[in-house]
Amino acid sequence: MTESTTLKKKDFQSDQIVRWCPGCGDYAILSAIQSVMPDLGVAKENIVFVSGIGCSSRFPYYMDTFGFHTIHGRAPALATGVKLANPDLSVWMITGDGDGLSIGGNHLIHILRRNVDINILLFNNKVYGLTKGQYSPTSDQGMKTKSSPDGSLEYPINPIRIALASEASFVARTYDTNIKHMNETFKAAAEHKGTSFVEILQNCVIFNKDIFNEVYDKDVRQDHMIHLEDGEPLVFGSEKKQGVFFDGVSMVTRALEEENSPAGLMVHDSRKHAPFYPNLLASMEFPQFPVPVGVFKRVERPTYESMLCKQIDVAKQKKGTPTLDSLFQAGETWNIV
Amino acid sequence: MTKTIDRTVLENAIIRFCGDSGDGMQLTGSQFTTTSANLGNDIATFPDFPAEIRAPAGTVPGVSGFQIHFSSRDIHTPGDQPSVLVAMNPAALKANLSDLEQGGLLIVNTDAFSKVNLKKAEYESNPLEDGSVERFRVIRIPITELTHRAVAETGLAKKEADRCKNFFALGIVYYLFDRDMNLTLEWIEKKFKKRADIAAANRLSLIAGYNYADTTEIFTTSYSVPAAALPKGKYRSITGNQAIAMGFVAASKLSDRTLFYGSYPITPASDVLHELAALRHFGVKTFQAEDEIAAVCAAIGASFAGCLALTGTSGPGICLKSEAINLAIMTELPLVILNVQRAGPSTGMPTKTEQSDLLQAMYGRNGDSPLVVMAPATPSECFHYGIEAFRIATKFMVPVILLSDGFLANGAEPWAIPSSDSLPTFNVQNIAAHAPYQPFERDPETLARGWAVPGTAGLEHRIGGLEKADITGNVSYDPINHEKMTYYRAEKVARVAHDIPQLEVYGDQDADTLVVGWGSTYGSLLTAINALNSNGKSVAGAHFRYLNPFPVNTEAVLRQYKRVIVAEINTGQLDFMIKGKYNIATTPFQCVQGKPLYVSDLDKFIRLHL
Repeated sequence: MTESTTLKKKDFQSDQIVRWCPGCGDYAILSAIQSVMPDLGVAKENIVFVSGIGCSSRFPYYMDTFGFHTIHGRAPALATGVKLANPDLSVWMITGDGDGLSIGGNHLIHILRRNVDINILLFNNKVYGLTKGQYSPTSDQGMKTKSSPDGSLEYPINPIRIALASEASFVARTYDTNIKHMNETFKAAAEHKGTSFVEILQNCVIFNKDIFNEVYDKDVRQDHMIHLEDGEPLVFGSEKKQGVFFDGVSMVTRALEEENSPAGLMVHDSRKHAPFYPNLLASMEFPQFPVPVGVFKRVERPTYESMLCKQIDVAKQKKGTPTLDSLFQAGETWNIV
Repeated sequence: MTKTIDRTVLENAIIRFCGDSGDGMQLTGSQFTTTSANLGNDIATFPDFPAEIRAPAGTVPGVSGFQIHFSSRDIHTPGDQPSVLVAMNPAALKANLSDLEQGGLLIVNTDAFSKVNLKKAEYESNPLEDGSVERFRVIRIPITELTHRAVAETGLAKKEADRCKNFFALGIVYYLFDRDMNLTLEWIEKKFKKRADIAAANRLSLIAGYNYADTTEIFTTSYSVPAAALPKGKYRSITGNQAIAMGFVAASKLSDRTLFYGSYPITPASDVLHELAALRHFGVKTFQAEDEIAAVCAAIGASFAGCLALTGTSGPGICLKSEAINLAIMTELPLVILNVQRAGPSTGMPTKTEQSDLLQAMYGRNGDSPLVVMAPATPSECFHYGIEAFRIATKFMVPVILLSDGFLANGAEPWAIPSSDSLPTFNVQNIAAHAPYQPFERDPETLARGWAVPGTAGLEHRIGGLEKADITGNVSYDPINHEKMTYYRAEKVARVAHDIPQLEVYGDQDADTLVVGWGSTYGSLLTAINALNSNGKSVAGAHFRYLNPFPVNTEAVLRQYKRVIVAEINTGQLDFMIKGKYNIATTPFQCVQGKPLYVSDLDKFIRLHL
C-alpha cells in the first residue's frame, strides 16, 4: 500500500500497442481508468482485470496489472473465481453489450445478485464491433446491419434495468466523452463493497458512429442528460429550469415555476431504501426523458466472499483444526486383526 | 438359532434388495453392508436407483435397488446376478426378476401384490400365481401385515408403521445369513434419537423379522459367510464419490493450497459437491455456480489466483465446459476436471453407468488441444487419483480430466484407511519475482510455465485465449510461433508419461491373449481373468488408469501378445485409440447397457477367443 501512493498513471500503461480503431470511445475509458488507478491506494500487483471477448475485452492487455482476457461472456464467472480465491485482490471486469448482455447475460445476473466485490464496467455501444457490425441486445429496434438488412426485429434491453432486476448493490452510468464524470464514477464504484455495475455509453466510430450524440453532445447535453448528484433535485436544461416530477405513477418532466421547493420534484438519493426509485430513474429513456448519468443506487449488503470466509472461520472454530486422519476415519470403521 | 435347519457355509453371496423408491431399500442395503463389513467380509455394493425422486409409487420407473456382494475372500465386483432377491412389491419384482440366478432365493412381500399394485406394475396376472417364479425358491411373507402387528404397541399411525417394513425384511435376511443385529439396533437408536416412537417401531420390526424367520422355519437352509482374510488394519466402507472428494482434500493439505470446487448439480456427480461443501473447516471453497460453464470458469479464475482448482460434472456438463477447458489449456493453468460418466448421449440415462466419454475427454474441443486423462479403477482408488490429478496438473501446468463413472461413484467397498503420514507431499511453487519475468518461459524438463499468482509484485502479466508468443506470452498471429506453441502444448502432455507408472500385466503373463480395459471395469476383468487362470485357462490382463498419455511401455506390452481383447462399456473408444496410435489389430468386447460388465459375459467371450 505504501508504494502505491507514489504510483502514476503511466505505471498502469502496459508496453502493448493499443489497437482500437482511431477515434474509438475505448481510448478515453482506458485513459480514465489508468488515471484513477493511482488514487485507489491499491498496489499494482493486487489489481486484476478480467474481460470476456469483444473490442472492449482487449482492455486488460493495455493495463500493467494482472490481467485475464477470457472467453465470450464468461468474465463474471472467471472474475468470481479470482475474487473467491483471494478476496484481497481488487478485481475489475470489462465487458460490452454483446459479451455482457447476450452470450454472458446469465452470468451477469448471477454475479450481481451474489454481490461479489468486483467492479464491472460494461461498455455499451449498442452494436457488435469485433464481429463487424451486427445488432446487439441494446441496439434500437429496426437498426439496419449486415445481419439485419431489413431492420432488427429485436426489442432492446436497458443494462441499468437488468442490473437493478438482478439486485445489484451499486448501479451507475457514465459516458466516454466526459473524463471527469468517468473518474468520479469509477472511484465511487471502487469504493463500494460489493458488485459495482457501471454502464458506459461508448461511441463505436465504425459501426454505430455518434449513436449517443443526440444525448451527450456538448450542445445538447444540458437538455438531454441529468447528472445525478446525491441531495440535488432532478433538474436539467441550460438554466436548470426543467424538473423531473413523480406524479404518483410515473416520472414526468415539466418547466419549473418560480417556486422554492416545488411539490413532487424529485431529489436524488442513491442510498434511498425504496427499490422503485432507481427503477424509475432507469426507465427514463431518450427522447421522452433526459438520460440520467451518475450513481443510480448504492446499498450496503454483505459480499459473497466475506460470507464465504466467515463460514470457513466459523467451521474452523466449531470443529477445531482438522487433520486428514480425522477425515478419513469419520463414520463407521472396523478393525481387521 | 437352535433349530434343526441346516446352516451352510458359503464363500460368498449376492443379495439385492428392491422396492419402491420410498421403501428405504438403500438404507436396508447399507445397513446390511455395514454389518457384513464389521463381520470381516469383503464387500462390494452397487445401488441402482431411478432418476425420479419419487416416481409414481408402485410403478416400474419408481423401483430402487441395492445390491451387495459379500465374501470370505477378496472380491472385486458387486456380482453379476443376485442369489437372493428381496422384492417389496410387484414393480420391484418385474424390474429385477430376470437378474436373479436360476434357482435363486426370492423373498416377496405378498401383501403388496394387490390388484391395484399389479396393475401399476403392468402385470396382467399375478406372477406369484401364474408360474412366472417357478424357477426360483420363493419365500412368501406378508411383510406389511406382520410389520403392522409388530409395531402395534407403539401406536404409530398406519403410514408410519408402513415405513418400518424394510427393517422387517432386513431382519429376515439377517437371520438367513446369520448376522448380528446389534449394529443396526445401535444405528436406529442414534438415528431416531428425537423420535422415540419411531426408534421403537423400527427396532420391533427388525427383531420381529428376525424372529419370524427363526420360529416359522420358512428357510430349510440358512447360511453363513465367514470373515475374509483381508490385510490387517482399520477399514471403512467408501464410495468412489466419497473417496475422490477425500483425495482432493488430501491434495489440498499435502500441497498446502486452498481447494476451490466450482460445480453445478448433476447426477451422478452432485455427491462430490455435497461432500466438499461439508468440509469448510478444511478451508475448502465450494461454489455452486449458475451453470456448468460458470462452474469451470470460476475454477479457472481460482487457478489463475493460485488455488488448487477443480470442477466436477457428468458428460453433458463436459460438453458445456469444453470451450473453457480450452482456455485452461491455452493459458497453461492447472485445472482438474472430474467427469462422473453416465450413460449417454444427450440426457441419456443419468443414473446408469457407462464409459462413453473417453473420446470426448481426448478430442472434444476445438483446435489441437491435448490434456491429461486418467481413470481410477475402483472406488477406493478414486482417493489416490484425487491426489494424483492435482500432482500432475500443478507440476505440468496442464488440465487433467479424471474419468470416474456412476458405478465407481455410487459403488462401495472396504477401504483400508491410510495414515496421512504415508501420503506423499507434493510441492507446488509459485514462482518468485525475477527480472525480466516472462509469462511463457518454461521449465526445461517438464515444459511447464511458472505459476505467477496475483499479489506477487513484479509478476504483473496478461494472459488469455488468444495464441501466445513463445516466452513473452504476448498476443501473436505469427504462423511459425503458432506451430511451435501447438507442439509445446502437445509435448508437455506427452512428457507426463515419464512421470507415471508403467502398464502392469496381471494374470498369466505368458498367455497368448491379453485383455485390456480402463477405469471402472477393472473389478470385472480381474475377477474373470483370475477365474479363468484358476480353471487352467491361460490369459493375461492389463488395465489402463492413464489414458493420455499412455504409459511408456504400452506398445511393448501390447505387442507381446498374439491377441489383444479390448473390453469397455462403449462402442470401442479405447479400442479406437489403441488402433490409431499403435496400429495393432484388436478384438473388441463391448457392452453398452448402462450397467457394469458382467464377469459371466467376459468369461464366455474370453473363452471363445483363447
